[in-house]
Amino acid sequence: MQAKMQAPRSAVSGRAAARSRVSTTKVVCRALNSMESPYAEELKKTAAYISQKGKGILASDESNATTGKRLESVGVENTEDNRRAWRELLYTAPGLGQYISGAIMFEETLYQKARDGRQFVDILLAQGIYPGIKVDTGLQILPGGKGETTTQGLDGLADRCKAYRKQGARFAKWRAVVKIGEAGCPSTTAVLENAHGLARYAQICQENGLVPIVEPEVTLGPGDYSIEETAFWSERVYSHVMRLLNEYGVVLEGILLKPNMCLPGLDAPVAPPKLVAEVTTRTMMRSIPPAVPGIHFLSGGMSEEESTLNLQALNEACPDAPWALTFSYGRALQSSTLKTWAGKQENWDAAQSILLKLAKANSEASTGSFKGPHPVPGGGRILQALRTGGAGK
Amino acid sequence: MASSLADVAAQLSAPGKGLLASDESTATIGKRLEKAGLPNTEEIRRAYRELYYTTPGMGQYISGVIMFKETLYQSTKAGRPFVEVLAEQGILAGIKVDEGLEPLAGAADGETHTKGLEGLEANCHEYVRAGAKFAKWRATLKVTDTLPSALAVERNADELAQYAKICQNCGLVPVVEPEILIDGSHSQERFGQVTEQVIGATVAALWRHGVELEGCLLKPQMVIPGADAEGGKASAADVARCTVAALRRVVPPAIPGIMFLSGGQTEEEATINLNAVNREAQAVGRCAWALSFSFGRALQASVLKLWSTDQTRVAEAQQLALALARVNSEAALGRYSASSGSHPSTLGAATLHETFRGWNGQPAGNGTAAQ
Repeated sequence: MQAKMQAPRSAVSGRAAARSRVSTTKVVCRALNSMESPYAEELKKTAAYISQKGKGILASDESNATTGKRLESVGVENTEDNRRAWRELLYTAPGLGQYISGAIMFEETLYQKARDGRQFVDILLAQGIYPGIKVDTGLQILPGGKGETTTQGLDGLADRCKAYRKQGARFAKWRAVVKIGEAGCPSTTAVLENAHGLARYAQICQENGLVPIVEPEVTLGPGDYSIEETAFWSERVYSHVMRLLNEYGVVLEGILLKPNMCLPGLDAPVAPPKLVAEVTTRTMMRSIPPAVPGIHFLSGGMSEEESTLNLQALNEACPDAPWALTFSYGRALQSSTLKTWAGKQENWDAAQSILLKLAKANSEASTGSFKGPHPVPGGGRILQALRTGGAGK
Repeated sequence: MASSLADVAAQLSAPGKGLLASDESTATIGKRLEKAGLPNTEEIRRAYRELYYTTPGMGQYISGVIMFKETLYQSTKAGRPFVEVLAEQGILAGIKVDEGLEPLAGAADGETHTKGLEGLEANCHEYVRAGAKFAKWRATLKVTDTLPSALAVERNADELAQYAKICQNCGLVPVVEPEILIDGSHSQERFGQVTEQVIGATVAALWRHGVELEGCLLKPQMVIPGADAEGGKASAADVARCTVAALRRVVPPAIPGIMFLSGGQTEEEATINLNAVNREAQAVGRCAWALSFSFGRALQASVLKLWSTDQTRVAEAQQLALALARVNSEAALGRYSASSGSHPSTLGAATLHETFRGWNGQPAGNGTAAQ
């Protein structure tokens, strides 16, 4: 059953209309600390739309620096126009909206247009895809000498959210990274600091009309730590995050979660999809209350094929999950797409075709119906170094 | 063959099954017996519990019985241990392990915490030897516009989690009961807020203490207005909506069963509300836990009334006990049909609300601390 996209309208008219329908005897079930966000009902509908069965998110919000590295890897210069062209390729892929319900953008991209002058946000909306916006301004190293990080971006966030919403964004994303696999990691400071940042960001977003994607990434890193160790720390991190979201009055029906799947360290043998599914499902069941409508896993270094097979296994393991078990993939949707395009106009259609095939495969995996073969089989891990230094450039 | 904690918890929360909470302390059951005109003697208490535990067919609806310590070691008139008689019906024996409420220093008037952590581990080993498979610990939280205090919430949550961890270490499935008291004039909305706060804190404490969620059960109150609230009782639809919404926000799906207490609702209300909660959960979808019952008064009040008039009317009393269990089993599946006159309760609208379920100012340790 297709959820319906909300035509963007002002929150005020929505609220007035809602008030006239409510009977005076109806009891309001509002959480203890919940803010009186005028956007509450809209946020819930947006979150439900994005997490609807069979759809997922395209994460295309790489900063200019990171995008630059990717473009340069296929021989394309890191200019604003090239970044624009690359995103145009993604967003104008015909029929992308059958598989993708939201696209996360970097700030520059939110304001960009296609060659024919149409705004990217309008192109996406016409495809049935909600525009989203990365709002964190990057990672900073925490004291302690272990390379742990905190995420910046709370200062001025409310005003930025208002501006992004005005431009057409309807959801946001903030990435917190927790490192494991080394003695003393994660420290209590890292867990609490990152959980707090996520919960404050989520609170501010909801207050200003954006559905927050809450991304606590327990990162896939070097070391031979086991999948059980990843699960242990993931539970610890997610439970702190969920606890703070509730304490800070964030309306859980109006958020989306973007966690990592549970994988062993890079120097341990790759875990088969069934094991990943079993451990990841158990971790989510222990930490995430049913009110959260969608869990959109990050791909975080998994190959394109691994990302699809693991997602398929998750949906096989948990067909009646309380939340959607779906995707918010960056590299796993873009890596081969970019290589196919390589900046050449004559490769445009072929590149879009690969993107659509990858999106379709993951859409099927998110309903447990992916049968293969994978459009890009046998790929290796797609790793990238953690970028710190903040300021979101 | 040893069952894991998760297996036992799954068995207790199996579809259409619930718990009979017959773990009233000597003092509490005494108050009820005396109100019904019966003396509070060990033999009366034994005979009263035997009534339920030997009801033929009870095992179709009841998966576990929570007992008070005295009862765990009692037997039928014919000399068969209660634990054995229950096991024959496929009913697991549970044991109340807390030692009652006492005022919480530093908190507000009337706020309590629960005693019993000291010596709990040793007690648990003993109860396991006696055949118990699960345990229960009751904390109570008082509601006003400003209560419960943060101290009361955190302290009770932490103690519940410590109890749960110790139980699991000893091989008992813990039933975790943070009872938000019905006493007071707070609104249903306020009750919902407190429910999220208290259950959220309880779950967070379970996480902190590393309690295995798959091997534990929650026993909360449904979200209802206070006993003296303006506007009186809430409709079953409102109870269902508020209860399901609150629990979906704070209870992870790994907990297999949410077994509601009846705490002051009438026998009929408890059934109708439980039924509505299940219908709502089915309509909303994606509620992974069983939504069932752990009822004391709502499974017993009419039975006690009948039996107290003439203790030889055992068959009749047992039929009534079975009927009460059956309608709640139906409610736990969302299949109870409330056409008027069909509920077996003989008490009508008479309230089961008792004023001694929270702290009543009695000094601790003399057996009268309210439980």
